Amino acid sequence: MSTVERGDAGESGQGEARQIYDPVADTPSRYRRDPVGAHPPLDFPPYKSTQLRYPKQPLIYLPHTVTEITGPQLSDAVRLERADSDLTVQGGGEPIGERIIVSGHVYDTEGKPLRGTLVEIWQANAAGRYAHKWDRWAAPLDPNFRGAGRTLTDDNGRYEFTTIRPGPYPWGNHYNAWRPAHIHFSLLGRAFTQRLVTQMYFPDDPFFPFDPIFNSVRDEQARARMVSSFNIHETRPNWAQAFNWDIYLRGPAATLFEESF
Amino acid sequence: MIFEVTPSQTVGPYFAIGVPFAGGNLIVPEHTPGAIRITGTIYDGRGEPIPDHLIEFWQPDPEGRFADIHGYGEQSTLEGFRGFGRYGVEDGDGSYSMLTVKPGRVPGPNNGPLQAPHIDVTLFARGMLNRVVTRLYFADEDDANAADQVLATVPAARRNTLLAQPTADGYRFDIHLQGPGETVFFAI
Repeated sequence: MSTVERGDAGESGQGEARQIYDPVADTPSRYRRDPVGAHPPLDFPPYKSTQLRYPKQPLIYLPHTVTEITGPQLSDAVRLERADSDLTVQGGGEPIGERIIVSGHVYDTEGKPLRGTLVEIWQANAAGRYAHKWDRWAAPLDPNFRGAGRTLTDDNGRYEFTTIRPGPYPWGNHYNAWRPAHIHFSLLGRAFTQRLVTQMYFPDDPFFPFDPIFNSVRDEQARARMVSSFNIHETRPNWAQAFNWDIYLRGPAATLFEESF
Repeated sequence: MIFEVTPSQTVGPYFAIGVPFAGGNLIVPEHTPGAIRITGTIYDGRGEPIPDHLIEFWQPDPEGRFADIHGYGEQSTLEGFRGFGRYGVEDGDGSYSMLTVKPGRVPGPNNGPLQAPHIDVTLFARGMLNRVVTRLYFADEDDANAADQVLATVPAARRNTLLAQPTADGYRFDIHLQGPGETVFFAI
């Protein structure tokens, strides 16, 4: 947590609270280990591509040292511009589809907002086609839609993108397999331990029961944490629908204890 | 109140339209004195290169100082040092390449004895529902490696999977997701 120092009215003449940033206090010495079942297993046969791509040997416990509790600051490296968070203005004209605002907050598991953290998204267009050379699904590309964005969370941990609602699309995992509509999210967090790549889904998607990737998260409540909610209050009249989705990255370990090591 | 984490999902096959950025694999700027190139290939359980992988490095500079977002500890003064590298391409052949400097030593678990030089590595790919994490150590750091508390927890027969081997301009570090030389991965 940041510490707050009361301004000395005698010197500043302002008397207002001043935020003093304290990097040591702001950096947990170790992070909470994710509970079993919080994430999908790496070995998940219904998603066929996992079979040659999951470690078969047991994972080795890694204590959280300074390498794991620190993390990068990339705002200079990626040079953000307004169009990076508005996927509808990246081409020569308006992309086709339902215009949507996707926004929310990035928190840690204690509910603390994570500010200044990089949020990156990528997605299919309204017809369910990615602007990627290996996507051969027989749906039209949209010359005005590239399908990628990035932004930094603000001081309240909030992010916002303007985009087009992506379409569902078929894939080759099994007979008549379809992915529910989704937006890919990449979160850098503020420490190596917090790194997360996930997908945001839309409410009540009819493909949910049939998708092995969505259902690789075995716990129903955990699956629900990947589904955004429609928010009438954040729609823009005569302009865009709105969906909210908050993201939780692991927070500090609850109690101070020496690593069992 | 403790909230539960948002679950991981696969990066899928199409991340290259959004996640890589120009110069992402330059952990230090080009022409940095003492820069080394770390290259390698990612292999699946059949020994085939994985063309659609996304790999990231995180490390301190040669003095053991980070370019941390919090400003934690002593900050790197190396010009342009980012500490972070990301490599992922649309039309890959399974290989990767990072330009960096050899990391220095940093305190170990519970702020204990210095660790051997290492780089934290994250790997994503289609077919992986969560990231895997490994550590890159250096084969020419025998003494430091022998005293490293994390390496000591790795079965001796598998430690060599974490050792980057010297090359003409840096090091080579391959990753095997399965098979006889399966790389050691860590629970983080």
